[in-house]
Amino acid sequence: MTIFEISKEGRIGFQLPDNNIKDFEINLPEHLLRKSLPRLPQVSEVDVVRHYTNLSTKNYSVDVGFYPLGSCTMKYNPKVNEKVASFEEFSMIHPFQPHETVQGALKLMYDLKEMLCEITGMDDMTLIPSAGAHGELTGMLISRAYHLSRGDTKRTKVIVPDSAHGTNPASARMAGFDVIELKSGPDGRVDLNELEKVLDETVAVIMLTNPNTLGLFEKDILKIAQMAHEKGALLYYDGANLNAILGRTRPGDMGFDIVHLNLHKTFSTPHGMGGPGSGPVGVKKHLAKFLPIPEIVKTEDKYTLNYNKPESIGFIRSYFGNFSVMVRAYTYIKTMGKDGLKRVGEMAVLNANYLRVKVSKIMDIAYPGICMHEFVSTCEKLTKETGVKALDIAKRLLDYGIHAPTMYFPLIVHEDFMIEPTETESKDTLDKFAQILEKIFNEARENPELIKGAPYNTPVRRLDDVSASRKPVFKYNFEE
Amino acid sequence: MHRYIPHTEEEIKEMLKEIGINSIEDLYMDVPKTIEEYNLENGKDEFSVLKEIKSLSKLNKVFEPEKVFAGAGIYFHYIPTVVETLSNNQNFVTAYTPYQAEVSQGTLQALFEYQTMMCELTGMDVANSSMYDGATALAEAMLMAVRINNKTKILAAGSINPEFLATSKTYCTPQNIEIETVKWTESGTIDLEDLKSKIDDNTSAVVVGYPNFFGIVEDLKQIKEILPDNVVYIVVSEPIALSILEAPGKFGADIVVGEGQSLGITPNYGGPGIGFFTTLAKHVRKMPGRIIGETKDVDGKKGYVMILQTREQHIRRAKATSNICSNHALMALKNAIYMSVIGPEGLRKVARMSYNATHYLAEKLVEKGYNLTFNGPFFNEFVFNAGENYYEKWKTMANEGILGPLPLEKAMPNFKNSALACCTEVNTKESIDELLKHF
Repeated sequence: MTIFEISKEGRIGFQLPDNNIKDFEINLPEHLLRKSLPRLPQVSEVDVVRHYTNLSTKNYSVDVGFYPLGSCTMKYNPKVNEKVASFEEFSMIHPFQPHETVQGALKLMYDLKEMLCEITGMDDMTLIPSAGAHGELTGMLISRAYHLSRGDTKRTKVIVPDSAHGTNPASARMAGFDVIELKSGPDGRVDLNELEKVLDETVAVIMLTNPNTLGLFEKDILKIAQMAHEKGALLYYDGANLNAILGRTRPGDMGFDIVHLNLHKTFSTPHGMGGPGSGPVGVKKHLAKFLPIPEIVKTEDKYTLNYNKPESIGFIRSYFGNFSVMVRAYTYIKTMGKDGLKRVGEMAVLNANYLRVKVSKIMDIAYPGICMHEFVSTCEKLTKETGVKALDIAKRLLDYGIHAPTMYFPLIVHEDFMIEPTETESKDTLDKFAQILEKIFNEARENPELIKGAPYNTPVRRLDDVSASRKPVFKYNFEE
Repeated sequence: MHRYIPHTEEEIKEMLKEIGINSIEDLYMDVPKTIEEYNLENGKDEFSVLKEIKSLSKLNKVFEPEKVFAGAGIYFHYIPTVVETLSNNQNFVTAYTPYQAEVSQGTLQALFEYQTMMCELTGMDVANSSMYDGATALAEAMLMAVRINNKTKILAAGSINPEFLATSKTYCTPQNIEIETVKWTESGTIDLEDLKSKIDDNTSAVVVGYPNFFGIVEDLKQIKEILPDNVVYIVVSEPIALSILEAPGKFGADIVVGEGQSLGITPNYGGPGIGFFTTLAKHVRKMPGRIIGETKDVDGKKGYVMILQTREQHIRRAKATSNICSNHALMALKNAIYMSVIGPEGLRKVARMSYNATHYLAEKLVEKGYNLTFNGPFFNEFVFNAGENYYEKWKTMANEGILGPLPLEKAMPNFKNSALACCTEVNTKESIDELLKHF
């Protein structure tokens, strides 16, 4: 039932006080005055509480169970982070208060920036971008500004591997570049010969994720960095998979010039069903002047905001970014510390490899051998044998109370699952997942129709998304 | 050992054995070790972390809501307790993008209802399930206009929020889209003559605020009358105002965007808020962002899924309508809960109380001899000449617990000694009278 169907004419859910001020006549031309009220719900507070509480029970979340979405890094979200973000001193401050009255917020952002620079090996950073993809766009705009500042106008291309997140090519395009897709080598990594072929003086940036989306570390990274820099191109690091290398190696040390982070992934801020995220962008010294405005400046013992950066790419959104997400990430780093972050990297990789070995007894692994924080498996054989597809297996997993892994990504592996357990899952959980997966594979061989009909135990069963897009219904139909 | 990491030493040994390696080190054979340890502190227990951050937070000054007279895009409104309580439900907070619709109906239905409410407020056919903020929503609206008509000049009223305009410029420049600003008149509304003279064959869109950054309500009807048919009409609006202002959809708007923070979201030092984005059904395939639609499951039961994903980056890659992926879904949920609990009459009352408080303040300032900068109709904000050295006075007031009208000079250098005043339903007659003592 929708909230609109619960609605009853005349019910109210909130009362407002009297501000003791007389009614002023509304001084507007008649045609600008609203004739009929928007059809918002008319419900009591109890109705609202029950409606949204009931909706919440129709959601799977990290707090409910295992969420092995590769490339999304669904780790546990510590509750203390939420508590800190809700401090009134953080949530109830206006972005344009005098700087003297927000020294805590500015210091927190400044210190977070410093800590993230240390973790990434970069010289400077902006916290403003609102999500990973927003960070990518920021990074691409910085690259554009850098090349143009040197009078280098011929660099119109960005090289992106075919295994990259879809946001990479889209972000490069939004910054006005043409995208060259780089075919992965047989080992799932960048093929240096292919790279050599397309890398010339018209290339502005090479965008890489390392470890890449197949969960493999680009072993030749130092060579790739050298090749990029020799041709005058910049090397961009997509930080989606930073979890794997925490405490071990840093993008800045590998030769990357620009890096974006996903605070909601690596630093455990919750993803809120689709956001808000936060996508800080770090750069090496020679690019710092292009970072967006405003920048946070520390002078002796005072923090201020500087808007006067003539070579900056300018504003990329209003105010200073998703501050309350930054508060969560700051709390997480303080909690974990250097020892904890290193442990995160190690256990994320250990869990992925352990699960890879377990899963390899059930499905093929696309690129066998040691992986990093995630791996890609394929059920192509099962599909040929029984007609049961990865999608069907995914839906059956839901019946067993487990969220399905990422499917059909990267695009270069067929009928695949990309599985990322993260460091916060126990061996018991991984064992249980492998057992259930094996059980489903056995079910598929014995009774493929059973799996093709899944799920059975979810709030709704398999949804028709084809006709949902063909004849789209964008909003509630009040006339129904 | 660490409290968020469950592995015992015994388990680690068993796992290494299953993998067939001897130590954790063996997992990193491909990775150059470039750092022994970070130059950071060691991790801390929860007591210590809370204590440390609490003391840091005390360096911020929280103004009593009724003593805040600053707006400029971020507004202090009453937020009913249920908004925080319900939106903090961890089944919402710790869920990901609804990739598996069958176990994400909570997310999907809430966002579908949010979309419906935004369509109701704006009078448009379709809303997406959110953008980062008002500024990026406007920037993306301009890119969308260019996709609609393939023209590359945008005419934007100079009275749009300056950070929205600056962000739009950052987004548009690399795509060779030019933004030209249009003058305002003495009333603070868009200069129709200037607008007319600037419209040419290459004009893709015209952007106006409703109300604009000065708080002035533009006459959307008059503006529409001078627009050629194929020019995209973009309106930037404030959702609370839309409970007393006629919906932009009624005046032929093609795209209505804005910042939705005022609908139940705390100020959060400016983020996260939420960008809302609505348009007409005929333009939907050019629209950026995620859209939720209604459908049926195999048993004929109603359900919700993400639709029209072929526009999006994970399918279309470099040819996508936008690169946006993570949006501000949790904030859309807060908007939906707020609108549910406040209802249509409540929203209009919020708007009415805000209007009254703002006009009371303006009336009293005029009585004291201060001049309003514009004579056009305003909603809950207005610009006035606050006198010499207003910036210093503003800081003095802050020391006395009042966040006064914002000095405009920083955002708009031409407005020396001017201030942008804002009242909402949280300001009382007493708090306004207290502010007036400083003038």
